[in-house]
Amino acid sequence: MVARVLHGIQADPSTFADHLRVHGPLPARGPSQLAVEFERSGLRGRGGGAFPLARKLAAVKRARGRPTVIVNGCEGEPLSAKDGLLLGVLPHVVIDGALSLASTVGASEILIAVNEIEVRTGETVHRALKQRPELRNDRITARVVWTPAGYVSGQETAIVRWCEQGIPKPRFGSPRVTERGIDRRPTLVSNAETAAHAGLIARHGGDWFKQTGTATDPGTALVTVSGAIAAPAVYEIEQGLALNTLLAQAGGCSEPPRAFLLGGYGGSWIDIADTAAVRLSPRELAPLRARLGPGIVYVLPDSACPVAETTRVAGWLADQSSGQCGPCVNGLGAVADELVRVCAGSAGRRALAEVLRWCGLTAGRGACAHPDGAASFVISALRVFSEEFSDHARHGPCDACQWPTTLPTDERTGAIA
Amino acid sequence: MTQRIEVDPIACDAHGMCAELLPELIELDDWGYPVIANVDIPHQLRPLARRAVSVCPTLALRLRTAAAVTPTPRSRRPLARTD
Amino acid sequence: MKTYWYLTRSTGAVSLILLTATLVVGIVLVGRVHSEHWPRFMVDGIHRALSLLAIVFLAVHIATAVLDSFAPISLLDAVIPFAGTYRPVWLGLGAAAFDLLLAVAITSALRERLGHRAWRAVHWFAYAVWPLAIVHGLATGSDARQEWMAGIYVACAAAFIIAVLTRVVIGWPDRARLRLAAVGTLAAFAVGLAVWLPGGPFGPDWARRAGTPPSLLPHTISAPRAG
Repeated sequence: MVARVLHGIQADPSTFADHLRVHGPLPARGPSQLAVEFERSGLRGRGGGAFPLARKLAAVKRARGRPTVIVNGCEGEPLSAKDGLLLGVLPHVVIDGALSLASTVGASEILIAVNEIEVRTGETVHRALKQRPELRNDRITARVVWTPAGYVSGQETAIVRWCEQGIPKPRFGSPRVTERGIDRRPTLVSNAETAAHAGLIARHGGDWFKQTGTATDPGTALVTVSGAIAAPAVYEIEQGLALNTLLAQAGGCSEPPRAFLLGGYGGSWIDIADTAAVRLSPRELAPLRARLGPGIVYVLPDSACPVAETTRVAGWLADQSSGQCGPCVNGLGAVADELVRVCAGSAGRRALAEVLRWCGLTAGRGACAHPDGAASFVISALRVFSEEFSDHARHGPCDACQWPTTLPTDERTGAIA
Repeated sequence: MTQRIEVDPIACDAHGMCAELLPELIELDDWGYPVIANVDIPHQLRPLARRAVSVCPTLALRLRTAAAVTPTPRSRRPLARTD
Repeated sequence: MKTYWYLTRSTGAVSLILLTATLVVGIVLVGRVHSEHWPRFMVDGIHRALSLLAIVFLAVHIATAVLDSFAPISLLDAVIPFAGTYRPVWLGLGAAAFDLLLAVAITSALRERLGHRAWRAVHWFAYAVWPLAIVHGLATGSDARQEWMAGIYVACAAAFIIAVLTRVVIGWPDRARLRLAAVGTLAAFAVGLAVWLPGGPFGPDWARRAGTPPSLLPHTISAPRAG
């Protein structure tokens, strides 16, 4: 396995001196050269959207006004721990990237968004910023911004709205934040891991980045592996790595697995029967109707009840709606309520068909992608666990239902090394 | 020139006047919110579409015009807003 | 010419009826009353049409009042409240009502350009137009004591009160204090009107007390200034 972003990681947060010892000094490249390297690298966003970074940079540069760079470390997905890890233990890699991105677009301000629950992480970032010589002048400022815990608070427009108005809810419509974000100035929102890769590309170049990974999805990616796995942790993989290889690297499953959840609560389930062919990159997962999302692999043990797990998460996803759009609030709410009835065996005959219909009705009709992700989660669960769902609909709770569910449903990231 | 209707889901408050005016293109879901057909507005329905945009009590509807270009992958133009 | 005098009085009454009707239909709209034969976009169209009609009748009401040679009312008095010579306070209320109505109408016409929020903020003033209009009518009009006119006033007032109460019931389910304030304001207005009327327009010598220029007062009602 490669260690690029995670190279030199220690238990304690790295100081600037540690960072320089591992990576050397950040070379001074001009904005246009940096832009070329980012374009050449083919780096796509690691927050789940997989949007080409070069295109985002170009949009921000085209827009009028002094840009702001926001490093998104909100990490609202409970199953993801990579951004918290980067910011809390390897902040300087992320800061390298933030500075390079800021230089590329000519930004005067860097905001590093940290989930307000992660107090130590925020303090680490704050201390790391103080250690940087690049920030000891008036040309560019950088500070930590605390964001409220919440699944959709980390959405691109929600972060901007939080910084501007104190409302952590998505916005709809044009213009995009790259054109008009904070204070009506162009804003580049970059996931923390994306920034980390950008920092390395600024050192080693775009061609270096492409030396690993696949042609359409180059480079490495961080994946949080959790659930019934021997060594749950954040792993750095080459894009396109086979899922089975990653599982072996993580010590193998600690219990017999029932299924895998890829991409988090906005992702989708995969049956163990289908995992042999699964390679972890957006392009390779697309035909399986699956996504890596913000790099998440969760192993559901056979001992868990998939219906109870799905129902609990579906309820959580409905609660996490920002409540702004009718189809999302009503659709996810209806799905969650009906799944509770299915799980308890008190639903009508057409319950599962109705749930599928509501999922289809909700996806794509909100201001953000939250209902889409939730729909994907539920639809894939109904497909992979169809037997268990029919069983519960007819006979009610199973033996496994009495045990606490394993999937986490609070914003604090799962227990990961 | 093709035209499509788009709804701002945050502004929309399920009044449903749009579906009354334009049932050919707009249906209401289980909760009264508009489901808009993903097709170009036929010419003869354009005045009604205009009226639906104007009558919406929360101004949640918008018309998007796209320049009709013979589509080849490289020359595909982004949708441009007019109204 | 007497024609102008009759026209201004009649169009004034009709304007009040149309204003009341506009308000009632507006509240039917807010209430999202649902019917197969009366689609809501049609109710919306009726609301807009009634308001336009009200403005047209108001325009005639103002024009004929200005043109009429009896009372010294200028065009400026129609839009600038309280500056005239004929019953300045009470006429001024009408001018104020007209100004507000114009603001509501213009913002409605420009609604798509202004955006929903700005339009809505001004539209609330519509509720202020009606009370101003009815007090203006009672105090400036000369037919208040006629049975037919009184009937119109009572009918419009009843419609207004029911409409506003309905609006309060429909709206702000979580804000009891706001609802209470709205009902309280309505009650205060109604009570205030009831208290004012007997000593006001329905009281003796109202024409002089309202501010009619002395030269226009009929000589049969001449109260000595002194004492």
